[in-house]
Amino acid sequence: MADLRTKIGSLELRNPVMLASGTCGYGAELKDFIDLSKLGAIVVKGTTLEPREGNPYPRMAETASGMLNAVGLQNKGIDYFEKHIYPSLAEYDTHVIVNVNGNTVEDYIRLARRIEHLAAIPAIELNISCPNVKQGGMIFGTNPASAREVIAAVRNAYSKTLIVKLSPNVTDITEFARISEEEGAEAVSLVNTLLGMAVDPRTMKPKLSTVTGGLSGPAIKPVALRMVWQTARTVKIPVIGMGGIMNGNDALEFIMAGAAAVQIGTATFIEPRTALTAIESIDSFLSERKLDSLANIVGIINRN
Amino acid sequence: MSKRIEDLTVTDNRRLAEGFFVVKVSSSAGLPEILPGQFIQILVTESPSTFLRRPLSVHDVDYGSNTISLLIQVAGAGTERLSRLGKGETVNLIYPLGNAFTMPAGGEKVLLAGGGCGMAPLLYLGRKIRDLGVEPQFALGFRNRSRILEHEQFRDLGTVHLATEDGSEGHQGFVTDIPAFRESHWDKVYCCGPEPMMKAVARLCLERDIFCEVSLENLMACGMGICLCCIVPTNTGNLCSCTDGPVFNIRNLKWQISEQK
Repeated sequence: MADLRTKIGSLELRNPVMLASGTCGYGAELKDFIDLSKLGAIVVKGTTLEPREGNPYPRMAETASGMLNAVGLQNKGIDYFEKHIYPSLAEYDTHVIVNVNGNTVEDYIRLARRIEHLAAIPAIELNISCPNVKQGGMIFGTNPASAREVIAAVRNAYSKTLIVKLSPNVTDITEFARISEEEGAEAVSLVNTLLGMAVDPRTMKPKLSTVTGGLSGPAIKPVALRMVWQTARTVKIPVIGMGGIMNGNDALEFIMAGAAAVQIGTATFIEPRTALTAIESIDSFLSERKLDSLANIVGIINRN
Repeated sequence: MSKRIEDLTVTDNRRLAEGFFVVKVSSSAGLPEILPGQFIQILVTESPSTFLRRPLSVHDVDYGSNTISLLIQVAGAGTERLSRLGKGETVNLIYPLGNAFTMPAGGEKVLLAGGGCGMAPLLYLGRKIRDLGVEPQFALGFRNRSRILEHEQFRDLGTVHLATEDGSEGHQGFVTDIPAFRESHWDKVYCCGPEPMMKAVARLCLERDIFCEVSLENLMACGMGICLCCIVPTNTGNLCSCTDGPVFNIRNLKWQISEQK
């Protein structure tokens, strides 16, 4: 077996494959299908200070090679998380990262401080890229000044590993990656979903209650890959790549374009074992090429 | 109860009516216990425009041959592909998913009301109720005579009352217009069908203070409680129809109160 270890700032992962926030619940939902201890990390459901009901039904529409969602950060809030969910997460033999959301900079700070106290959570993923909420989310992640303000504030409030999850709904994603790096983030993860929509001609209505939603799945993979490549060439901090990864080959594309780790998202809905098979196929790829470690291929397309 | 992901073999595919098929799939590993009301997520292959799995009710279960029956209505490219499944083909299922109907107590009088493809989960439910020694009655509604689906297997389990919207067979109107539904006392009513029909059944049951459970069919991506797309507004907040449902007691649902037509 090749050495698949990779580092996200001070956090060492046993392999580069993580489960993406919003597509793996809190991990327990997938226990019948995968051994979580085999994963590099899991990023659990987007969490807010207060409980949120999310957006009205319908929240999902299938599209060509992908899907739109407009869940809107439905979650039970940090109090419930800490009391009822965290204790079981603390038992997992993998890194558990919490995806952090808020309406205001103050919300993000307060939530980051709360999570800092949870010993079994070594990192947060600062979500400034959710396209499905009216306040916060992508509003922070598409304006450089707001992004800088919230990242700096959270960095100041949170001492463990800080990952910033970036929105692809910008002209130049590398600008936001640079801001993240300058303000002390240890990694960036990209991309969140692309803003999209769908209309049902039969009902003459939008397919989503919110009209627009976030597009994910193989439909966005070439765009995501391009952004990961651009970002990895721009910043020195590790890039976590995601967007339409359905198998090990897709994961290898992101890694070769410069991603130190990848996240499996929508694929888990269709094939819950995708993350595990991706790990196996990355390992066999390296073995077949007689490469002893993952580091041999991270960003390899940029080396020549 | 644990879920599994498994390749099963198609052993039969029979057309019931235009656009309706019953596909039987067999497990070589042996079936786990499946409860009435539960569903499966089937992977659709060779259909380029189909990205997600398709959720389907368990129509019937035969533990002797380790076979599950699935009642499929062609609604788009994915179900069209499933309607062409041939004997011997392999299909990948995630199952069993979701909760289950509440079984009646001995001696209770129960009605199983279904409309169109919504009768799918009621056959297995009726069979399990019959196994308890309770004789179920069925109220099945269809658009017209030509849309009536074969229901001999329902007749083997209990009395079947039919309704068609145009009166071309059985009682004219909806299942709620069937005299036996209105005139008898029922201890439990179970319902699955188009939303207007389920709402009509729910209203009638609320008025008469009858225990009633409905099986909802919401759009979903995963079926495992992780995508949070198939939510149902309830008295205890938004619940997932895939893991908290698909079966809900009407008293816990908000729709029959807020959206009366």
